[in-house]
Amino acid sequence: MTDQKPIIELNNVWKEYGDNVVLERLNLSVKAGEFVSIVGASGCGKTTFLNLMLGTEQASRGEILLDGAPLSAEPGVERGIVFQRYSVFPHMTALQNCMLGDEFSRSLSGLLLGRLVGKAKSDARDRAMAMLEKVGLANAANRYPSELSGGMQQRLAIAQALLKQPRILLLDEPFGALDPGIRKDMHGLIGELWQEQQLTVFMITHDLSEGFQLGSRLWVFDKLRHDPQAPERFGAQVTFDIPLHHDHASAEQMNELVTLPGTPHMAALNSAS
Amino acid sequence: MTRIINRTPNRYGRILLGILPFAILLLFYLSASDARLAENPNDKLLPAFSSFAEAIERMAFEPSKRTGEYLMWQDTGASLARLAMGVGISGLIGLIIGIGNGMVPYMRSPLSPLVTALSLIPPMAILPILFIVFGLGELSKVVLIVIGISPIIIRDLQLRTDALPNEQLLKAQTLGGNSWQIIVRVVLPQIMPRLIEAVRLTLGSAWLFLIAAEAIAATEGLGYRIFLVRRYLSMDVILPYVLWITALAFAMDWSLKRLSLLAFPWYHKEQGSRDD
Repeated sequence: MTDQKPIIELNNVWKEYGDNVVLERLNLSVKAGEFVSIVGASGCGKTTFLNLMLGTEQASRGEILLDGAPLSAEPGVERGIVFQRYSVFPHMTALQNCMLGDEFSRSLSGLLLGRLVGKAKSDARDRAMAMLEKVGLANAANRYPSELSGGMQQRLAIAQALLKQPRILLLDEPFGALDPGIRKDMHGLIGELWQEQQLTVFMITHDLSEGFQLGSRLWVFDKLRHDPQAPERFGAQVTFDIPLHHDHASAEQMNELVTLPGTPHMAALNSAS
Repeated sequence: MTRIINRTPNRYGRILLGILPFAILLLFYLSASDARLAENPNDKLLPAFSSFAEAIERMAFEPSKRTGEYLMWQDTGASLARLAMGVGISGLIGLIIGIGNGMVPYMRSPLSPLVTALSLIPPMAILPILFIVFGLGELSKVVLIVIGISPIIIRDLQLRTDALPNEQLLKAQTLGGNSWQIIVRVVLPQIMPRLIEAVRLTLGSAWLFLIAAEAIAATEGLGYRIFLVRRYLSMDVILPYVLWITALAFAMDWSLKRLSLLAFPWYHKEQGSRDD
């Protein structure tokens, strides 16, 4: 594991809008199979970071490498994404939602109509059904998203993303809109899938305890430098990069972090679970 | 005593109350008509129901003495053909340009200001131009409908396309879709039910333009007939024609709604049981 090449490398990445510096001096590397939880106060650049990874925004300086090559400038199949909401297509059943990734093919019918025919179609259906089974939605295959609960919709969104076997999976507060009980089930599901499919995951969360429970590594985004006259002058960095060990009591680690000096936002962010 | 805002009629009450205004109008007409006819049996302004029946019989169920055609059906066929062509072409234009403008910035930049400008031209003001350019035949009437309603449909569908959550489009890109595939599989199916809504809303205007064009230059059509018999004060023909047009418009609206419910069940589930 130790001599493995990193899957994602950030070399001195900055993001600025005019004079407003959002992110500065990000130098990070992530190995395949890591689960990075990203926490931080709102407005500290978590979402900007996700947009950089997704490809909807480009770094002002520095570079982001995926498998040693610069990340392409628009979203593609190497990146899977699950948003808090609107990740699934309301006009398709769960099964159709899962088949869509295969149907965006380079075959003739795929290029003309975005559909598959014959054997390719039944193969896609089989793959989609297998994945739906894995996330516990086999019984809901023919239902539309509006007939599914919030948790089921997120399961569907995850299934849809995983079917493309992305190099990295981006989760943007995926469980933020769910009830606590359902959130716990989802934690179980995503943990299992991560282990089983050897995923590399970046998850943004508002919930500090969620970040500690799920990840193998925790990043805290915060501003190290403050200019009271011009708050936009300095950007956020990763102020803590904590490896998490689930055999240890992660709650202890979290309590340490919350009480650390120099993390004023963190205490307000969330209380320990 | 509960507040009036909390009191609702039961099922029969609702039906009864729905019929009531129509019944009152009918009663009002009957008494006014009777009063005028008692004074002057040849009065043409408010004909008796028997005159209506005669007029309908004459227009719809007897061949015309002059041409041998069943005039009302001939008029209906001509008008509906024009309307269907005009609305169909407008819908197609609206779909293509609306989605294109909503999805492709390089299409929107040149087209969006043009569509806005065109939509501000009062269509009736350019009707003479259409007659000059396209002649007095069918084409100019269809073009009037298209010019009248397609900018509205384009702008509506463009807004609807814009309103699709960006998350969906990003997700589709990470699933490997190219621009065309995303438009065909993600955008178009979601815009189709909105197209039907847009068409339902613009049908009224389409009728307006149709009847106006027919009134000015035509040899058949519902609007043509109404304006023709106006010269003889034939209220016994005009009123049944108006009712007939209303019934046709209602039937179209209702069928479009049924079509939408059948073809896009997911859309109506998402919208809830909103019944319009």
